[in-house]
Amino acid sequence: MTLVNKEKLQKLEEEAQQIRCLVIESLQSAGSGHTAGPLGMADIITAFYFHLLRHDPKNPEWPDRDRLVLSNGHICPALYAAMARTGYFSQDKLKTLRKFGSPLQGHPHREWLPGLETSSGPLGSGLSQAVGMALADRINEEQQEKFFYCLLSDGELNAGNTWEAAMLAAKERLYNLIAVVDRNSIQIDGYTEEIMPLEPLRDKWRNWNWHTLEVDGHNFEEFIKAVEQGQAVFNKPTVILAHTIPGRGVSEFERQYEWHGRTPDRKQVRQALKELRTLGGKIEE
Amino acid sequence: MIPIDTFRLNPNIFTDQLAAVSMREGMGRGLLGLGRIDGRVVVLCADLTDSTKTDYFAEEFPERFVQVGVAEQNMAATASGMAAMGKIPFVASFAIFSPGRNWEQIRTTVCYNDLPVKIIGSHAGVTVGADGGSHQALEDVALMRVLPRMTVLSPCDQIEARKAVEAAASVEGPVYIRLSRISTPLLTTESTSFVVGRASLFYGTNDRPAQLGIIATGSLVYQAMLAARIMEEKHGITVKVMNLSTIKPLDQEAILELARETGALITVEEHQQAGGMGSAVSELLAGRCPVWVEKVGVNDDFGQSGTAEELLRHYSLDKEGILAAAIRVLYRKQELN
Repeated sequence: MTLVNKEKLQKLEEEAQQIRCLVIESLQSAGSGHTAGPLGMADIITAFYFHLLRHDPKNPEWPDRDRLVLSNGHICPALYAAMARTGYFSQDKLKTLRKFGSPLQGHPHREWLPGLETSSGPLGSGLSQAVGMALADRINEEQQEKFFYCLLSDGELNAGNTWEAAMLAAKERLYNLIAVVDRNSIQIDGYTEEIMPLEPLRDKWRNWNWHTLEVDGHNFEEFIKAVEQGQAVFNKPTVILAHTIPGRGVSEFERQYEWHGRTPDRKQVRQALKELRTLGGKIEE
Repeated sequence: MIPIDTFRLNPNIFTDQLAAVSMREGMGRGLLGLGRIDGRVVVLCADLTDSTKTDYFAEEFPERFVQVGVAEQNMAATASGMAAMGKIPFVASFAIFSPGRNWEQIRTTVCYNDLPVKIIGSHAGVTVGADGGSHQALEDVALMRVLPRMTVLSPCDQIEARKAVEAAASVEGPVYIRLSRISTPLLTTESTSFVVGRASLFYGTNDRPAQLGIIATGSLVYQAMLAARIMEEKHGITVKVMNLSTIKPLDQEAILELARETGALITVEEHQQAGGMGSAVSELLAGRCPVWVEKVGVNDDFGQSGTAEELLRHYSLDKEGILAAAIRVLYRKQELN
């Protein structure tokens, strides 16, 4: 555990903006893909890859690394950007997103890209896999303390498989498992509370015997502290409901469920990059 | 030349000394044995430990056993996570639930990830009996054999079930093992060969060419052997019976050899005719050696309650059904060639 000072927080914020720009650029190059989710989760993914995760980008198979399972595979443009920025692969590869032969498959495929813990896309089974990893680790006697993280969307909480995994994690008291739910309140067809209401969501997890926390997913300090609290809990898995704004950073995309699976056109890209680079006009480009 | 295993089979097959024993028992013992020699082996079960005989393993290795409750999707994906950490997970349930209910998790988290999860589907076929059609998996082979990287094993008796489990642990990728609920005649012995991807002959000789080939798998291999004997002894038709214990990858050379030799084949399985072992054989033959094939299997229908014998008779899966198929295929071979 490392303390985050002001300087570090600012660095993380700047890094997240960089990642947002790379997300926009790679989506433009791909011509298809998801926009809202990656922008909304850019801060949390930055917090993991640049601060929380124990990992070694030059040695992605390092056995004692923490495991981060991306269950909602469609937000991979943000994951790919963070992996490139931390040195898993060169940044110019981001331009090949979704293209033939690219390691950056439209949804993540672990065989194509070292450093991915799993392949995902079909929703609802990532938490199970993280649970399996934590269980397997507990069986290993020579185990080094490590953490198992799972990033989920709120949409995939519609899936029964997620709750099956949640039950098993609680039963097995997987204290080193931390799930992070991207509570952006949208899914493909609309707002989550209209498509399939999840609230009272925190009560649901609490009643499933998870340690539950609720944070602003764009506040690095709050989020990192929540993860650290989750790491300290010793008899339960932890879930962090991270409230995020889908499309965060680009006013045209923010909070619009229509941007879940849409890609910006050239004009919108230019506008988006300008807004991101100037922090919405607060600084010069 | 297809290996002839007839002399390594149980000598009591055509006698009243033939014992019927449980495939699941063989599987359970196999898992226990594997657990003793390989610490990477873990077992997951979905509230059916007694029925799937995973209780032997669970009792001796509680720390390597995971009870997931009635949650087959979670079972498959959790196993995937364990395999990603270096384990060799076996997941056990009834075939109708796993792979029946968790196909996508098997596809994405196991096969697409290329992880060595071994799926044991017991209670396959109509011989489940009294529980009825809801519990009789007749589509599981179709579901599993279309998945890239999946190996599909279908043992014919208790000894083969044990050998299949042992062999599955050594297969690098995912494996599906199909088992029956009922006790089945003990056809094989310890010395009968069991090699993943290799078929062998359980009936017939290489002294003279056969007029008819029967390719059978799982619990119905015995019925195929009974039918073959009747054909030879009563009708003077020479028959070879192949035990196809690996449905994927197919032993192409053995099947092609039998097809070339006989020009008339019957496939026999406790599965839908569509998509099962017979389809796999037909897909091969259509391109390489088109001969007449008659499929013995359930014809686009569901099962129902009854005894195993009643149901095998009703769906024409028993020796009489195979004999009827033999008449059809031999007629075509003779009249239409």
